[in-house]
Amino acid sequence: MSTTTPQLDLTPEERASLAKMSTTGRAAANAKKRLTSPWASFFAVVLAVLWTIPTFGLLLTSFRPELLIKTTGWWTIFTNPELTFANYQTVLSTEGSAGLGNYFVNSFVIVIPSVLIPICLATLAAYAFAWIDFRGRNFLFVLVFALQIVPIQVTLLPLLTLYVDAGLAGTFWPIWLSHSAFALPLAIFLLHNFMKEIPRELIEAARMDGAGHVKILFGVLLPLMKPALAAFAIFQFLWVWNDLLVALTFAGGGTDVAPIIVGLANLSGTRDTAWHLLSAGAFVSMIVPVVVFLSLQRYFVRGLLAGGLKG
Amino acid sequence: MTGKFLTMVLAVLIFVAVVGVILFIASRAERRSGKGVALMFLLPTAVMLGIGLLYPAGRTILQSFYDAAGTSFIGLGNYETIFTSSDQLVVLRNTALWVLVTPFVATAIGLLYAILVDGARGEAAAKALIFLPMSISFVAASIIWKFIYAYRPDQPGVEQIGLLNQLLVWLGGTPQQWLVSAPLNTLFLIVVMIWIQAGFAMTILSASIKAIPEDVIEAARLDGVNAFGMFRFVTLPSIRPSVVVVLTTIAIGTLKVFDVVRTMTGGQFDTSVVANEFYSQSFRSDNQGLGAALAVLLFILVIPIVVYNVRQMRASEAR
Repeated sequence: MSTTTPQLDLTPEERASLAKMSTTGRAAANAKKRLTSPWASFFAVVLAVLWTIPTFGLLLTSFRPELLIKTTGWWTIFTNPELTFANYQTVLSTEGSAGLGNYFVNSFVIVIPSVLIPICLATLAAYAFAWIDFRGRNFLFVLVFALQIVPIQVTLLPLLTLYVDAGLAGTFWPIWLSHSAFALPLAIFLLHNFMKEIPRELIEAARMDGAGHVKILFGVLLPLMKPALAAFAIFQFLWVWNDLLVALTFAGGGTDVAPIIVGLANLSGTRDTAWHLLSAGAFVSMIVPVVVFLSLQRYFVRGLLAGGLKG
Repeated sequence: MTGKFLTMVLAVLIFVAVVGVILFIASRAERRSGKGVALMFLLPTAVMLGIGLLYPAGRTILQSFYDAAGTSFIGLGNYETIFTSSDQLVVLRNTALWVLVTPFVATAIGLLYAILVDGARGEAAAKALIFLPMSISFVAASIIWKFIYAYRPDQPGVEQIGLLNQLLVWLGGTPQQWLVSAPLNTLFLIVVMIWIQAGFAMTILSASIKAIPEDVIEAARLDGVNAFGMFRFVTLPSIRPSVVVVLTTIAIGTLKVFDVVRTMTGGQFDTSVVANEFYSQSFRSDNQGLGAALAVLLFILVIPIVVYNVRQMRASEAR
């Protein structure tokens, strides 16, 4: 919105209110557009309902008694509202074949180092690529960037052999180390892009004051890096929490180190039709990522837009 | 329980100590030149990537020329198996179906939704609904959809518990076992991936729609362009680079799809795809050679998509 007449006799407040008016004007125009196209609203609602119903149905199911789930559809809940927490009690317990409690704890133990380690290492590497001149810098950076496209499938078998030979099989180390290594190319790329946007003058000024690289990294850059670090942290958190392939390969099916997703996948494989357990188990596995996502959505989206193209 | 957390704290402490040593050496090296600092900063990453990615990838490529036990060299035998055995051809067909259908449908839905809710009241909440599947695991998403497809034998007195079959019954049809008959069952699996990825497409595309300069839209409006013309001549050309990024990203993600197939059908009923077949051959059937060849194939298939993506980015930057 640009006004062609210069408004020289305006106070900043008046200018702000004018700007506000123009945005409300835009909103009003949009609302008008909305009202004149009931079809648009209709389609939007249809899509939203289509996308929500599957989850909603399973959520209602997770609170119904086993017998009812097996004999009637979840849509009968409105005529026969019988609710229970028994399913959640079963899946949250640490006993029995359907108890996912241990797995749930493992997920936390797996996810924290798997987020911290790559963030720290990538910060150091990104700084070196962004602010230190050395021979072969560009070549190395392109190599790290290219490693993003290596499918993790290509690495799993030899890595498993390595871990077994090193006597690490059955501990958390293989999962921590693998997730950390796989995350590095993307993390370095994201953080490097962000560091490059920081004005050179800031770094030069600190150099003038006699600060070395370590000091500049911790004193000048890190405080400015918070949004980028948060974006990557959330990204990596969701990735590790929801991962099945890496966990299945390195943690097997035991309750010692396997995360909740593996527990859920096992349950789905062995108790194919136990919907009272599968539904509750699915929501137990979802609660953490959904809370993280909803409370930190802004950062996550920012990370996506910055080119978080992992998969 | 506490033991596990102690292990974790210990691991983090070990790691902190390592980083501390690196920083100390780096700050000592500082006095001579920046090169020493660069070396120290890059060392842990180089070690991690060397041992965790480069070496295993090299090993796997070698492994793919060896037999099931990994002892005798058989040249391109495993690759021959992939392109000639009837089982593997089904796997390739399914993978092609996944990669061709998923990106386009998910992107189309994401784009449509982004345009529909753009500037509407409650836009953020409306977007969160579609985006939510992005944040849950593929395994949970598969369970959600497996329940939609659930089948009960068609007998008097038995009610359907899966929504899709119930809808069919309400419309006067007979319930189906959706996940059993190929090749349609693959399409029912693809639905799950579309459901997950549409939110990603919507988020990226919505951001680029909002970045279209207001005066461009205004000018088109003054020229009396209608809604469809606006989409065709203003919106689409402006967001084309983002559409390419979204399509290629979803295509790469789809190529590696494993959790959905494993959870929904376990790869039975002719639904397996390359990433799932890699897992079964490597860890179930103990055919390491074929597993390695499938992993390498996955790698080879990703490359052209990435190259196309980079080229498009270059082209749009040059414009």
